Amino acid sequence: MRRRPARGRKLADLAVRAAASLAALLGISALVLILFEVARRGLPALDPAFFTALPGPPGVAGGGLANAILGTLALTFAATLVGVPLGMLAGVYLSEFGRDTRLGAAVRFCVNVLMGLPSIIVGLFVWTVLVVPFRGFSGHAGAVALALIMLPVVARTTEDMLSLVPHALREGALAVGTPRWRATLIAFRAARGGLITGVLLAVARVSGETAPLLFTALNSPFWPRSMSEPVSNLTVTIFQYAMSPYADWQAKAWGASLLIMAAVLTTSLLARTFARERVR
Amino acid sequence: MTTRHAHAAEPDRRRPRPWGDPLFRGLTAAAAVLFLALAAAILLELVNGSTLSLAKFGPSFLWSSAWNPVTGDFGALSSIAGTLITTAIAMALAVPMSLVIALFLVELAPPAVSKPVGAAIELLAAVPSIIYGMWGLFVFVPFMSDHVQPFLSAHLGFLPLFKGPPMGIGLLTAGIILALMILPFITSVMRDVLRMVPPVVKEAGYGMGSTVWEVARKVTVRYGVRGMVGACLLGLGRAVGETMAVTFVIGNNHRVGTSLFDAGNSIASALANEFAEAADPLYLSALVELGLVLFLMTFAIQGLTHVWIRHLERSAGRGL
Repeated sequence: MRRRPARGRKLADLAVRAAASLAALLGISALVLILFEVARRGLPALDPAFFTALPGPPGVAGGGLANAILGTLALTFAATLVGVPLGMLAGVYLSEFGRDTRLGAAVRFCVNVLMGLPSIIVGLFVWTVLVVPFRGFSGHAGAVALALIMLPVVARTTEDMLSLVPHALREGALAVGTPRWRATLIAFRAARGGLITGVLLAVARVSGETAPLLFTALNSPFWPRSMSEPVSNLTVTIFQYAMSPYADWQAKAWGASLLIMAAVLTTSLLARTFARERVR
Repeated sequence: MTTRHAHAAEPDRRRPRPWGDPLFRGLTAAAAVLFLALAAAILLELVNGSTLSLAKFGPSFLWSSAWNPVTGDFGALSSIAGTLITTAIAMALAVPMSLVIALFLVELAPPAVSKPVGAAIELLAAVPSIIYGMWGLFVFVPFMSDHVQPFLSAHLGFLPLFKGPPMGIGLLTAGIILALMILPFITSVMRDVLRMVPPVVKEAGYGMGSTVWEVARKVTVRYGVRGMVGACLLGLGRAVGETMAVTFVIGNNHRVGTSLFDAGNSIASALANEFAEAADPLYLSALVELGLVLFLMTFAIQGLTHVWIRHLERSAGRGL
């Protein structure tokens, strides 16, 4: 067996370590640079009017995106209202009843497929079932599209988190005559931190989505009045404003990007703190 | 008769609501079945929506390079090619980079660095893709047209891949933005995989006098290679269907060219750009068929990932 001299091996080690550290530093700093650039360009656009006023005509300074902020909140809230309970129920089935059944395996596969489904396909699907038959883009369609994206995420985390709860806890409850559904509620309380994390991550994911809203909720320059008409929202506004030739619209798009980014990162950070609670 | 009656009544006294559990079970099962119905409905609706286009163009839709809304002639070649090319560029850049960063975080960096940086990368994976699109269009596109593309055509211009005017937008730019977007995602999954390599195995390597690089290459990577393939498949699934990060910078052009500097389109970007404006039924149908093609592509990737992870779980006893 041929052995390389120790010095060569150590040199190779040093070189690789230096190169890897450098490459890692480069990759990480590129990502951090993106965040800084968004903050630098977005901050000047965030004046009080941004949060309180309706958008002005293109090319005229002033105005804000208050309607889009409100619309995004409404769409996300409505989606959470639909997506979280349904997703949790399915997650409960997978963890409590369908662990080794055929139906469970089939559903689990579908959950994975839906989780990997491009969000624009979700938008396309909702367009065919909710926009075409009702002859118009609507907030309902947008909220359903977002809910469909939340469903698999919530179902999956609910299953995972409930699976972490020791069986002894459920068995103890069942042994003293507690019905199954009450025993599951007890397991829910034990998995609380993880479940909140899952919901928050799903909300974070959905609130930054653009593609599923493009042809469901569309967008609107007015206050969101009803969910049965197009509803203004931040992400589609970013897309439209960024592609426009007007400097002040582009500035607004940067402001909206910063707002969305900050909201998503804050929600994710919050989710992490709840996840830590679970570990404790 | 009377005794039997007493027996039947007894459980009722002990459990005042015997319907609670069946109801609960039924409710959860219904929610679970909803997922099956959804997956089926999505496939069905996509096929249903593309009947016009399926009937008119048949399988040649897949390799026809036509895209003319005026004459009503549509083909998916440029979109499929654009999707595959941008995804390939993104994977070629992001996979080695993620591997290096994950190895750095797990093997090289001291805990004081690797903990916060690892957490930051997990956070970055949550940044919405439209942010990458914005940054790509306003910051990276000018950089590409001023520096990267002139440099590439000066030094590698003899290749047809790097010919053409440096417009900044195009397939290459879209691929790079896509790479940046999936980088934190793949990295955080790979980091989880590498962290699951038992310390004992690595310590055995160090005990033999191996250097850090030797342990990383011959122990850690080899131990976690299957999990890392899983991570790449997950990233691939994301890259193929990504819409906003690509749409901003790809240029939305249906011509099939040979240069990576050409403006092109991907399936997702074509849908995002054209769907809301399309009014003609055949045009809409062709776009829905594009969606169907994308759905089948991601479904194939999902199926592959599923099989791969099952394979991993089955052989978990023998290593990761």
